[in-house]
Amino acid sequence: MMRIIEPGMRAAIQDFGRFGYLSKGLTRGGPMDEHAFLWANRLLNNDFNAAQIEVTLGGFEAEFDCDCQCAVTGAGVELTLDGETLNNWQNFKVRAGQRLKMGYATAGVRAYLAVQGGFQVEPKWGSCATVTRDAVGGLHGDGSPLKAGDEISFNQQELQMSRRVGWAYRPNYEKTPVIGLIPGFQYDAFPMSARETFCYEDYEVTKDSDRMGIRLSGKALEYDGEGLVSEGVNVGSVQVPANGQPIIMMHDRQTLGGYPKLGTINPFDLGRLAQCQPGQTVRFTRIEGKVAQQQLRRFYQFFNVRLTCQAGDNLRS
Amino acid sequence: MTNSASKASNFPKLVSAGADAVIVYLGEGISVSVNQQVLAAVKAVEEQLSDVVLDLVPSYNSLMVYYDVLRTDEPEIRERLRKTLSDLTSDDQELIGKHHRIPVYYDESVGPDLARIAETNNCSVDDVIKAHTEQTYRVYAMGFAPGFAYLGEVNEKIRTPRLDNPRKRITAGSVAIAESQTAVYPSSSPGGWNIIGRTSTQLYDPSSGTISPLNVGDEVEFYSVSKEQFVDDGGDTETLS
Repeated sequence: MMRIIEPGMRAAIQDFGRFGYLSKGLTRGGPMDEHAFLWANRLLNNDFNAAQIEVTLGGFEAEFDCDCQCAVTGAGVELTLDGETLNNWQNFKVRAGQRLKMGYATAGVRAYLAVQGGFQVEPKWGSCATVTRDAVGGLHGDGSPLKAGDEISFNQQELQMSRRVGWAYRPNYEKTPVIGLIPGFQYDAFPMSARETFCYEDYEVTKDSDRMGIRLSGKALEYDGEGLVSEGVNVGSVQVPANGQPIIMMHDRQTLGGYPKLGTINPFDLGRLAQCQPGQTVRFTRIEGKVAQQQLRRFYQFFNVRLTCQAGDNLRS
Repeated sequence: MTNSASKASNFPKLVSAGADAVIVYLGEGISVSVNQQVLAAVKAVEEQLSDVVLDLVPSYNSLMVYYDVLRTDEPEIRERLRKTLSDLTSDDQELIGKHHRIPVYYDESVGPDLARIAETNNCSVDDVIKAHTEQTYRVYAMGFAPGFAYLGEVNEKIRTPRLDNPRKRITAGSVAIAESQTAVYPSSSPGGWNIIGRTSTQLYDPSSGTISPLNVGDEVEFYSVSKEQFVDDGGDTETLS
């Protein structure tokens, strides 16, 4: 069992998310940075979907009552175990009674804490992903994030050999990322100038960004197409509201929206975007859907991701 | 090919919705016939593509289809969708949705926009209630939040644009109007629709087995109940302003 001493700004249980409930308005949830999340599970030989804790901006502290093995990936946070410094992006042993502490994020936004075997949390509609807005998932099943005093259980397992993620696979969150845009949705209805602007100008991530959307500020994008009847919104969809400042829809997005969309961010790059701190510059570049799909396939294969529709055969039931 | 089919030859139209999804447009604008096509498409996709489909988002005139990139790719799913959707029939008996009756306590204490809607439309509050309860509405889409059903279409007499300044918090169960649409807020949330009353019926119950009793294609009727009845049924009388 692990007890939360200090959750920091926000710490919440996430697995890979809910699939099959969008037609009821229930969103996917899941880790904002799938890349970092999947590495944490892989370092511990966990199933790709094993539940972890997503810690936003660090400042997290917890105590363990048994021996176990953990890993922390994602945002650059100073990591200590009873005051002794540990490295991120590698697994480490924890002894009963020890305290794990994360400092505030110096690079990136979201850190992932995984335990070997995964945290044991009762799933709600096939997943224990915390979606606060939908009042679903998480430790108590009601969408609330973790708070001090919460106790989370896990199965103790045999300890693994120590493993770490090679430097080549660790992103540098401080570098300006170049994010792929797959043209789609209303792309053809945007004027050429807007399509070019989005892919040739710098944008800045604003402080209003959250798990629903990453809000950008920069040169406004014009749209002169027709008004839209509300339609499905994908994770990564680039929505352009009337003020022309794009919003990248993220994992807790609303399932339907009426704003025009330029397309969808390459899922492979989305985690990188989720790690951008407010004020950080991002750049976009067009990518062919076919290429992005190949990347996504390789990414899922590497981490042994196998997605299923949790609602069963009848998606409308 | 029938006349209506050749007229609608632009549809179904398939457009990329990212590396793991395509969106199918089945027509333009808001109409029962197009929305019925969407339903027929949902049924056909569930029946014929369930081996690769992960999730579906039906709406007024479109259907977004999420697929498993490990079991198919975009050219293949487009081809299969085209085949599946080429012979859609929308007059299928099974596509007639369920009928729901929802009790509403129409009162200014829980419906702060009731009087204004009456005033701007030159009628009495009773006329607004009558117009809202006389109509049978169709669930055109579900989304925005869990259990939030977009119902249409509202009698022209009481159509009212969204508020300029959305309220920060609307009580769960609030019954609302925006232009030609009406809806119940299933959970407490911010919102810019005009609030005319409140229901004791729970439209999103995270603790139950089903997320919402409503589905796209269902019919909804509202009926007026007294404060006593509303309270008896467990309604929340918290005043909204």
